[in-house]
Formats: sequence, structure tokens, C-alpha cells
Amino acid sequence: MTDTLITNVRLLDPANGLDQQGELLVRDGKIADLGAGLGRPDGAATVDGGGAVLCPGLVDMRAALGEPGFEYRETIASAAAAAAAGGITTLAALPDTAPAIDDPALVHLLVARGAETGSVDILPYGAVTRGCRGEEMAELGLLREAGAVAFTDGTRAIGPARLMALALTYARGFGCRIVQHPEEPSLADGGAATAGELATRLGLPAIPAEAEAIMVARDIGLAKLTGGAVHFAHVSTAEALELIRCAKDQGLSVTCDTAPPYFDLNETAIGNFRTYAKLSPPLRRDTDRLAVAAALADGTIDAVASDHQPRDVDDKRLPFALAAAGGSGLATLLAVTLAQVHGGGLDLADAIALLTVRPAKLLGSAAGTLGRGQAADLCLFHPERAWRVVSGELPGKAQNTPFDGRALEGRVLGTWKNGRLVFGAAEETA
Amino acid sequence: MNHPPRHLLQIEGLYPPQIAAMLDVAESYVLLNRSGKTQRDLLRGRTLINLFFEDSTRTRTSFELAGKRLGADVINMSVSTSSVNKGETLLDTAATLNAMHCDLLVVRHDQSGAPAQLAQKVDAAVINAGDGTHEHPTQALLDALTIRRRRGRLEGLVVAICGDVLHSRVARSNIHLLTTMGSQVRVIGPPTLIPPAAERLGVEVFHDMKAGLQGADIVMTLRLQKERMARGLVPSAREFFRFYGLDAAKLAWAKPDALVMHPGPMNRGVEIDSAVADDPARSVIREQVEMGVAVRMAVLDLLSRRSRRND
Repeated sequence: MTDTLITNVRLLDPANGLDQQGELLVRDGKIADLGAGLGRPDGAATVDGGGAVLCPGLVDMRAALGEPGFEYRETIASAAAAAAAGGITTLAALPDTAPAIDDPALVHLLVARGAETGSVDILPYGAVTRGCRGEEMAELGLLREAGAVAFTDGTRAIGPARLMALALTYARGFGCRIVQHPEEPSLADGGAATAGELATRLGLPAIPAEAEAIMVARDIGLAKLTGGAVHFAHVSTAEALELIRCAKDQGLSVTCDTAPPYFDLNETAIGNFRTYAKLSPPLRRDTDRLAVAAALADGTIDAVASDHQPRDVDDKRLPFALAAAGGSGLATLLAVTLAQVHGGGLDLADAIALLTVRPAKLLGSAAGTLGRGQAADLCLFHPERAWRVVSGELPGKAQNTPFDGRALEGRVLGTWKNGRLVFGAAEETA
Repeated sequence: MNHPPRHLLQIEGLYPPQIAAMLDVAESYVLLNRSGKTQRDLLRGRTLINLFFEDSTRTRTSFELAGKRLGADVINMSVSTSSVNKGETLLDTAATLNAMHCDLLVVRHDQSGAPAQLAQKVDAAVINAGDGTHEHPTQALLDALTIRRRRGRLEGLVVAICGDVLHSRVARSNIHLLTTMGSQVRVIGPPTLIPPAAERLGVEVFHDMKAGLQGADIVMTLRLQKERMARGLVPSAREFFRFYGLDAAKLAWAKPDALVMHPGPMNRGVEIDSAVADDPARSVIREQVEMGVAVRMAVLDLLSRRSRRND
């Protein structure tokens, strides 16, 4: 394999505190060297980065792939294409598929299918309960052995306190996190929008914001009780974040992520019954959105995940309360996160850390850094280049973006997986 | 109304002159109906489809009569929503209706927002005849017409809306219309049946009938569905009646000449006592039904003006 030298880039690697102009040399799919003034080895191909930012390939810690079972929504191949276009080279896949990822063979399947794409590593979540049905615990140990990085029932909350306590206790033995969809089911079931004036005006069944905080409070208590590690997915409310902040201050094993809609959009995005903005948890009031943005900046939130939930037109073209919740998010993950940087609330390096090394560490993955000898998983992006999100023109199959029509700054120019260019028009010159 | 709206999907967002103009036109149809005449040339050759995804005899009949009095060809379609793919039915039906070139489409659906979604897919003017717990605009218009004819105005009146506000599209449309026209609106009900942030709709919230009815010019009662009791939002019908059912004793807390209204169909002995409902001195419930036909004639007239002008 020949060498590739990526020149004229701003090297950004939050894991190593690196932020400088320079070059990066790829050899045999790995990062051979990086820094300023690297010589060009004989026969190396050169890519002119044009002054853009070169950072580790993004690590998305939460995405639904549609496969197996929902191939009409998204396949692993189509999700991989969307991920590559979004600069994502590592992706943790949710287990609430059909069948659910509750058997070691299915974990192997996902890893293998990811490898087939050549552009994205799939880190499978294992199901906490068989079939993600919320009844009996799945074979966490065997799933772990097969390669599951953590356990969750996906978009389904682990409802009974006893079951959650059991899972936290048992998973502790394997050093694994339980990832919770924090929503008290008896308050959230049947709801379509966050409780408040807008839901009342639209006559939509509502989910109180407290449904999240109540579940977070309970699970923090259970983490304390069991010594287990709990991770809250797509946290969306000020109250829940405050609870998590306190738990972290107490030194408990509590972490959380959020997704771009929760710091970029508020409930008004559902406007006149726009089902593409129907998400789970629902979009919240603007005070909650601002609290999520603040928690990104102060470090309470450990990662930004795409929370990619592919849906097709038939899932969404229904009366609002009956339409499927969920938005596609792979292609917009970076640019919407960068909006926080442009808005002045977040450092660029912190934003990239939330998209790379921090989620990688949560998942026990070595990805998300630019260390010498590491796999050359790279993302080249221009932080200011503008584009507009248009449903129907997004890469991949799932076009159900809640950001339809949103103008964004920050465009991925090239994505490399193991040193191979898997997305972008970056020109290689010999 | 030089620029009538293309559809009538909700009251929220309408301006006072638009509402006043609709009521004025409706007023003229009250007189026409009472004279026993019809205007069968107005909508001659036009097709009105009553598309009901939810059972309703009264509203459908009212629209049917309104359409026929104006000379439209009226077709009633009842679509079962008990099938699994409710929404598929909705959009498939939209495509079907579009192919039939219907002019006016009256839609009732058990899901909030369904008529609005339909309106994006069809060429016909869409009239929301009640969608989920969202709005029921013609009911609010007929209620306003009833009040305006009895009291000569809407502005400054104190209107108390009592009962299951949470699930009531009638309450929402009435709140929007009456607050827009300058009435003072109160909602009264147990806290479990008052929607979150109700006061943000510009109403005063009461949980006590005596306090809420004080000084009321109009008392509107809402239908309480048995299903609400099954879901535990109120413990029993008799408890609800004890605290919120409108009987003569409670009505005495309102102004001495306060009018009693109900969108029907009534649950006698649950939200309203028969003695009150049938008291000709106070109850205008039958008049509401009469106004309903006139209001729907006015809406059909106004919404078809755009296409009639293009003929």
C-alpha cells in the first residue's frame, strides 16, 4: 500500500491536546506521522487539505441501522454511506432491531456487516432484555464476549426498577454500562409532544418533561445502590441535566449524551403537525434547549450522538400522534454540533471531543484520536462552509430529518477509513 | 371577506374581522332558513364530500343539510378507523378524492391535525369538522353566532366553559374564537381535565364551579366521555356530577339571565341536569343546532367563493 500525505490542514486531536497547522502521513492504513514540516516520502500520494480541519473520524455512540428487520428504512450499506458523508467512521448500533441483538451470533453479524462496508466500524449494543421486551435479562456475559460494547433496550426504557437494578448489578461484573432511554413509561406512553402550551393548542397527547427527570433520578439512585454504571441517552431537559451534574459531583458512575435536535431545535419545530420533527424524547421548550447547550459547554454531557432513527415516508405520513417518532441524523451530526461553536457557546476542540474521543472512551474503543500507529480514521471538514439540509437529497436512505430546510455551516470534505478515502472529493495527486 | 381563507382548519390564527364576516354571512342564512327559502343555485354543480373517519350524526347531518340548501351535490363517506393502517386510509382517501374533483371536503377525524395533513394533499377546500382534541371550528362559530344573536355582542361577555377541557376540541376552538373577539373566557373543571398551560391560551382557570360561574353571562358545558372515567381521570360519573355537573343550584351562581349551552350530544345527569338542559328560559341548546346549519352554509359559501370567482 502506498503512502498518503494529507497536507495543508489544521490538525485537531482533542485527546492529545493537538491543534496546529501541519500534515498527516498515512501508511498501511495507519497514521504513520503527523505534525508540521513532514517530508513527502517517495511515491506518496498527496492530498491538499486546503486549510480545512483534519480530526479523528467521528464516533457516533447511538444510531439505529434498520438492519436486521427494517431494511425498508435503512440498510447497513445505506447507513454507512450516510455516516461516511457525515465524517463518521465508528458507530454504535442500537439493538432494538428485528430480531433484537440479544444473541451472540447477532453481535458477530453486525460487526461483520460493518466490516463489509469498508467505511465504518459497527460497535454493537447488546439488548438488556431478551427481545428488548423489558422482561427477562438477556445473556449479557455472552453478548459482551461476542463484542457488545454496552447494553440498552434502545428506544425502550427499562421500566421496572427491579429489572434496572438487576441489570446494573449484573453488568457491573462485566465492566459494562447500561444505557437507559430515560423516560418513565407510565408518564410517556401514548404521548406525542412535550407537555405545555404548544401541545395543548395542537390538541396532542403530551409527555411531561418530568418523565425524563423522574427516570434519571431513579436510575441515579439505583446506580448508587448497585455500584453499577448508568448512561443516559439523548438527555433533553434542564432538570435531568441538573440531576446528572449532581450525581457526577458525588463521583457516581453516571454519564450521558444528547443529540443535535435537543440543542438546536425546540418544540416549535413540530409547527403545524410536522411529523419529521416528532422525536423520542420529544423536542422540548427553549429553556430546556438552552440548558442542553450549556451542559455541552460545561462538560456535564459526555458525548453528542446522532440518535439516527431512520423512518420511511409511510412511517411519517400519518396523523401526528400515530406517526413514528425519530429523525435521521448521521449526515447532520457534525454541522449541527458546529452551530454551537459558531454560536460561541462551545470551543471547536471541545465540540470535536464530544464527537470523537469522549464517546469512544465510554464505549471502550480506541478510536477517536490521531495517535501514531492508530488506524487512519479521519474526517476532513471545513468549519464554515455553508450548506442547506434538504430532505430527499441527504446521503443514505433515511430522509426523515428534523432539520429540513436548516442552513448550516460546516461541511465534511473527506472521510478516510483505515487510510482509504470513503467519502469526499479530496483530490489525490501523485 | 374579500380574501376568504382557502380552508377552514382551525379558529386559531383568524383575525376578528374574518370571524365577524363569517358570522355576518351566517346571520343572513339564518334569515333565509327561517323564511323557508333555499339558494339552490349557489353551489349548483359543485360536489361536497362529507368525509367522516369518526362517527357523528349531528355534524354530518348539519353539513349535509347546509350543502343541499345551497344546491351542492352532497356525498357522505364514512371510513372506518378501526383498521390497523389508519393513516394509510387517510392519504389513500385523499388521492381518491382528488381524482374525483370534489370542491368542498368536510373532514372529521379522531386524530389531531389529520384535516391539516389532508389539506396539503387535495385541491378541494377543506373544512375541519372536528379533529381529535385539536379544533372544531364550525362549532365555535355556531356558538358565537348563538351568543351574538342573544346578547348582541361577544366583546366583554364572561363565558364559562365547564368540564372536560383537556379532551375537548370544542373548548379549544371556542377559547380561540371568544378570546379573539374580546370575551372573557374561563374554564372550569377538575385539574385532571384541564390541559397543561391552559392559562397560556388566554383563559382563567377554575376548579370550583361556584367561583368560576360568578358573574358568568354564558355557561357552556362539555360532553364527558365514559372513556375518561375508565382511564381514571375522574373516579365516577356521580362524583363528577356532584362537583361539575350543571344543575339549577350551580347555575344560580352565574348571572340571573345566564344562557346555558352544550355542543351535544348530552350526557344527561353527568355534565348537565335535564332540568337545566330543557329550561326554555335558559337553555339555547336547540338554537345552537339551528345556528349550526346557518354557519355551515356560510362557511361553504365563503370557501367556495374563490373557485366560483374563477368560473
